[in-house]
Amino acid sequence: MKAKRIYSVTVENRSGVLSKVSGLFARRSFNIDSLAVGETDDPEVSSMTIVSSGDERTLEQIEKQLNKKLDVIKVKTFDEFQCVSRELMLMKVKYNKSNRNEIMEMCEVMKADIVDMSLHYMMIQICDTPEKIQLLINMFKSISIVEIARTGTLSLSKCIENDG
Amino acid sequence: MIGAEAIIKCLESEDVKYVFGYPGVAICPFYNSILESDIKTILVRTEQSAAHAASGLARLTGKPGVCAVTSGPGATNIITGIATAYADSIPMVIITGQVKTDLIGSDVFQEADITGAVESFVKYSYLVKKAEDLPRIFKEAFYIAGSGRKGPVLIDIPIDVQNAQIKSFKYPESVNLRTYKPTVKGNASQIKKVIGKVRTANRPIMCIGGGVQLGDANAEVLKFAEDHNIPMVSTMMGIGTIPTDHPLYFGMVGNNGKPYANKAMNEADVIMMVGARVADRAISQPDLITKDKVLIHIDVDPAEIGKNAVSSIPLVGDCKAIFEDLNKEEFESDTSKWIKALDSYKKDLKIKRNPNKDYVDPESFIQTLTEALEDDAVYIADVGQNQIFSCAYAKIKKGKFLTSGGMGTMGYSIPAALGAKLADPKRQVVCVCGDGSFQMSMCELATFRQHGVLAKIIVFNNTYLGMVREYQHYSYKDNYSMVSLDGSPNLEKLVSAYDFDYLRLENAKGLKKTIEKFLADKNSALLEVMIDPLDLVK
Repeated sequence: MKAKRIYSVTVENRSGVLSKVSGLFARRSFNIDSLAVGETDDPEVSSMTIVSSGDERTLEQIEKQLNKKLDVIKVKTFDEFQCVSRELMLMKVKYNKSNRNEIMEMCEVMKADIVDMSLHYMMIQICDTPEKIQLLINMFKSISIVEIARTGTLSLSKCIENDG
Repeated sequence: MIGAEAIIKCLESEDVKYVFGYPGVAICPFYNSILESDIKTILVRTEQSAAHAASGLARLTGKPGVCAVTSGPGATNIITGIATAYADSIPMVIITGQVKTDLIGSDVFQEADITGAVESFVKYSYLVKKAEDLPRIFKEAFYIAGSGRKGPVLIDIPIDVQNAQIKSFKYPESVNLRTYKPTVKGNASQIKKVIGKVRTANRPIMCIGGGVQLGDANAEVLKFAEDHNIPMVSTMMGIGTIPTDHPLYFGMVGNNGKPYANKAMNEADVIMMVGARVADRAISQPDLITKDKVLIHIDVDPAEIGKNAVSSIPLVGDCKAIFEDLNKEEFESDTSKWIKALDSYKKDLKIKRNPNKDYVDPESFIQTLTEALEDDAVYIADVGQNQIFSCAYAKIKKGKFLTSGGMGTMGYSIPAALGAKLADPKRQVVCVCGDGSFQMSMCELATFRQHGVLAKIIVFNNTYLGMVREYQHYSYKDNYSMVSLDGSPNLEKLVSAYDFDYLRLENAKGLKKTIEKFLADKNSALLEVMIDPLDLVK
């Protein structure tokens, strides 16, 4: 049975760490559905959010192999319902007079913003769950999408988990 | 003090006696500073051998072996040796010279991204940016290499860092690594569960892996087996942990192992895997050892547990500490019926060989050789048919059996013998290789000669790459491709160029006498043993 799992990994903020972690996934044929990296409040520590999928044994191996890496400080894993996940996407679309209003309506419904515009193009920004973002992409398929940039999923466990 | 001198001080603080290596410009500051030290340098003839020699030394001392090579090709040449050590969890610290810091990334002469290249073969690696970091990095490297699941650690040091001045040197007394804290003691409730299962088992068996020797737990494991009459089998890396003639020992498992050892594993109701990976060569069908059985998996590396087989009781920790705890529990168990059954399998399932009388039979040769060896001798097998024959027939008493098990690297035995002999010069060390593996490392005869190290090399000559030939015999209906070793040198002439004595065995005639003469020789010697080219290991 294939399942999805989110790995929230804190690592030493050193050069080469991202390549070590991504290399581990490549070398052992683990999937990376998405990967997001950034510094934390401590400049010596980075946080990686990796979304992967596979059978239970693979998902367990991913956690163990991540823990084995000496630059990895902590690995937290959760399933989708245990955490809050967000992703940021920027999407450039081509518009014309006839669909301009339609685009703006869709953005309003989807809680997306128009952050840049020119004579023929506009850029839409959305920050939401990966599913909502996928939905927005699907909706815009009938309109002409020029290019897309996505951050990959960021996740933190739900606050209630900290209450213990 | 410059960085290079600081490195030497670090090695002295770690009580390093030998450095194996090969120089080049990028490692010259290091090899210049080492002249002031009592640490001995051993110049091998190709970098891969430096790692195998360090491995041989590490297997005897239990402490990390050290090698130092130059940047670029020096560093890339040693990768196979590093991968070999990694596969067998051998502690090692590898120092590589690197081009000047500000030239890194510009593809200058002899530049290679070695930390990137070895990433999947090392436990950890460092690229040193500041000479001040050297003491901390070396302290950490030796600690990482020699603790937990042992393995190689590489330190890449640019030439300007080796030449940089450092104000003061202080070797740290301890390490502070928030990301690395290997588990030593086994979880108490898991230990209770293990005892519970073993106590009620009708047909328990212990499968000994290389981790037991690496964890220095031979005595503790043996005591547990003897106290509760638990029969034992071993993986290739576990050979020699238990004296091979021990009444509770039933040989090596796996597709090249003893049929009765495999039968024992299949019929057991409780299997204790101890310091073993459940790798494909030992356990070809992991599902079989978990179906209708209790699998207790004891390993220092949690990632090995559940990787190839799902265990019923995982137990993470250092073998020695765990068996010390297990040995505190007192319980009675009656396994006499089970052992009786295993004894009868051992008799019934003996592989009957039909040796060709025109050649030397590997079985009787290895038996005669290992009987003639001193009790604590070190037997090093290379890779190929010689390895499988050695695993099957070598009698190891209180000695050691070294081989490249995980990676199966040809050419391992000769440099490993060099390192082992240097680690313990009083101990008898013999290595057995094939005519293929010999030719991969024959350049190292000069290293023995240069450094006055006694070599005892046995070459099984069957004029083929026997293991591949055997595979082509079974899988390709004798359509041989790339396996004939025609053109091999006359070994008598070859070794005489290195002042080695030469002995030869054509057939069973004079077997014992020739072996005794070979072992008694005060000079380095090579014994060429003619093996039937068509002989099969199974």
